[in-house]
Amino acid sequence: MTHYARPKIVQLFHTCLVNEVDPGVGLAVVRILERLGIVVEVPLGQTCCGQPAHNAGFQADAVAVARHTLRVLDATEGPIVVPSGSCADMLVHQYELLFHADPEWRAKAHAVGERCRELSQFLVEVLPGAELGARLASRIAYHPSCHLMRGLGVRDQPKALLRAVEGVELLEVRDEEECCGFGGLFSVKHPEISGRMLDSKVACIEASGADRLVSCDLGCLLHLTGGLHRRGSRLKVQHLAQVLDEGLA
Amino acid sequence: MIPPFPERARVALGNHNLHVALDRATAQLGSRRGAAFASLPDADSVRDIARRAKMATLRDLAGHLQRFEERLEANGVHVHWAETGEDANRIVVEIAARCGVKRAVKAKSMASEETHLNAALERSGVTVVETDLGEYVVQLAHDRPSHIILPIIHMTREDVGRLMHERIGVPYSDEPRTLAGYARTKLREEFLRADMGISGANFGVAEDGTICLVTNEGNGRMVTTLPRVHVVLMGIEKLVPTLADLDLFLRILARSATGQKLTTYTTLIRGPRRPGDECGPDQVHVVLLDNGRSRILAGDTAEILGCIRCGACLNACPVYKSIGGHAYGDTYPGPVGAVVTPGLKGLADWKDLPSASSLCGACRDVCPVRLDIPRMLLSLRHSASRQWASPLGLRAGMKAFGWVAARPRLYRAVTLLARWSLRRLADDGWLKRAPGLASGWTQSRDLRAPAEATFQELWRRGRSR
Repeated sequence: MTHYARPKIVQLFHTCLVNEVDPGVGLAVVRILERLGIVVEVPLGQTCCGQPAHNAGFQADAVAVARHTLRVLDATEGPIVVPSGSCADMLVHQYELLFHADPEWRAKAHAVGERCRELSQFLVEVLPGAELGARLASRIAYHPSCHLMRGLGVRDQPKALLRAVEGVELLEVRDEEECCGFGGLFSVKHPEISGRMLDSKVACIEASGADRLVSCDLGCLLHLTGGLHRRGSRLKVQHLAQVLDEGLA
Repeated sequence: MIPPFPERARVALGNHNLHVALDRATAQLGSRRGAAFASLPDADSVRDIARRAKMATLRDLAGHLQRFEERLEANGVHVHWAETGEDANRIVVEIAARCGVKRAVKAKSMASEETHLNAALERSGVTVVETDLGEYVVQLAHDRPSHIILPIIHMTREDVGRLMHERIGVPYSDEPRTLAGYARTKLREEFLRADMGISGANFGVAEDGTICLVTNEGNGRMVTTLPRVHVVLMGIEKLVPTLADLDLFLRILARSATGQKLTTYTTLIRGPRRPGDECGPDQVHVVLLDNGRSRILAGDTAEILGCIRCGACLNACPVYKSIGGHAYGDTYPGPVGAVVTPGLKGLADWKDLPSASSLCGACRDVCPVRLDIPRMLLSLRHSASRQWASPLGLRAGMKAFGWVAARPRLYRAVTLLARWSLRRLADDGWLKRAPGLASGWTQSRDLRAPAEATFQELWRRGRSR
């Protein structure tokens, strides 16, 4: 894995879900980064990356949001940290697809995409050994989100960060690379199919014997926590940033 | 008229037997595939080279087809062009009539499933017998295949045992070996009696007109050599430029499909029986089927024509594993079917298929020629959203989303209102039943209520302290 010099300043693209549903994730990211001596800036004009429209096939609407996001991020400097694999994949790969016939915006998308790092990817790049010095006694089941794993190719980084936490036992989850069935609009448009995928996933997670479920994507986590709650499970569900932050407290 | 997709999916989801059968088979195929690729040196670059060869062939498909036709004719093969499935069926029926064919045996062919060739032949008085074991069982059951490679993946061996007992009067057994033995005895008679053999083609080699067929049961060899007439029905996209390319594709096809390094039989056909040959048909006909393929080639999903029909994407797809092949409603199921079917038959009646995916990308990961199926599904969703207004609420919602999310202040106001209303509906931080579009969500999971204060608000408060 390539390591980079630790930047002085990063931009946080906090994502709409963190902003609206679980702001604690954003605060945890800020605390982790500040502990590393990095100044965190939050471009306040950001809204959503536009993925809901893009994935539903509403390209023009996705383009409108993508243009806005690119304007906001292009006006900033330094690495852009994104605590979500799927939003990062949207910024890194999908924007260039959206603008494939528009060289000016495609160039802008490319420049911004080059600066984007999903949180675990960023942490491992600037932290040789993935050592944050955190401690936490927990048996953790990790769910790799599809866009993080297959879109961005980030497979080992979150696990390395979790393994480096003293006291954490990272458990094997059967069929861990299987999708949880979220898929944005898919989960409301085809709830039965999505629900069956969720059932299989929840069964594998519960069978792992974990006391916590961790992932790098709030979308998957909302889906999984909703599924676990409906099925009466009270397993603790957290974003990677929250686990690391808790271990550093 | 078949029932709509959500209904077909619901039926499949309620079929416990189907899930037992699917879980057994797909898990095994998935792990076999992994092991088989581990035995291929430099697998990733073999896949890259294969992809480039396929894409290059598709870019000049007309040129390759012309060369292929010339070579076939030079080899003594009769070449026919079929623009539609009906054309293909008519051509085969005419060949059968001209040659006085009463009985035909068939090796596995997805193209003939696509055109419903069996029904057309039966109508003209020709008896057709499927000779691939799985397809034979499908025919006995008056069923349809539910997987490209394993036509009866949806059946358990107990199902097959009962079916054979009922339809061909053999003693019940659930021993695969015994069941295969029953079929073998029956099929031997058919091979020897048939006047015509019908097969598909896994590949056609443009440089020398070779037809390549890969099988595991040997039936392909019988079908193509014993009857006096052999008809090949193949899609126009099945070409590879050279024998060297064929070698490349053979290395990845069986590995992807069944986890074998090579299938048991790899049959290369160059034409009819030559003077002095001990066996082989007197006539070989190749029917080249378009049936919508040119339309796909001209569009945004042309890449899908590079598919070598290995079925790996089906075995990897969590949606396929949940609903099986029949729910897809047509010949080609799974991720590849979700792109191919709307392409061949038009998006209007098939727009549910591209929407029924979480875009997890497992298909792209396992595809031996690295087809970007999620990208193509997105492209089809885009075409669907442009052409059809329904559901109207969704369209209006997305328009509003695009407008609002590009205006941060308005966005903050709108999301504040949304958060406030959802929080009012929540009980102890959770919604058990959500309104509107979100009601689909709460059908199978609870919805966590949004936060009272956003991250940006908390962040600003923190900074001002």
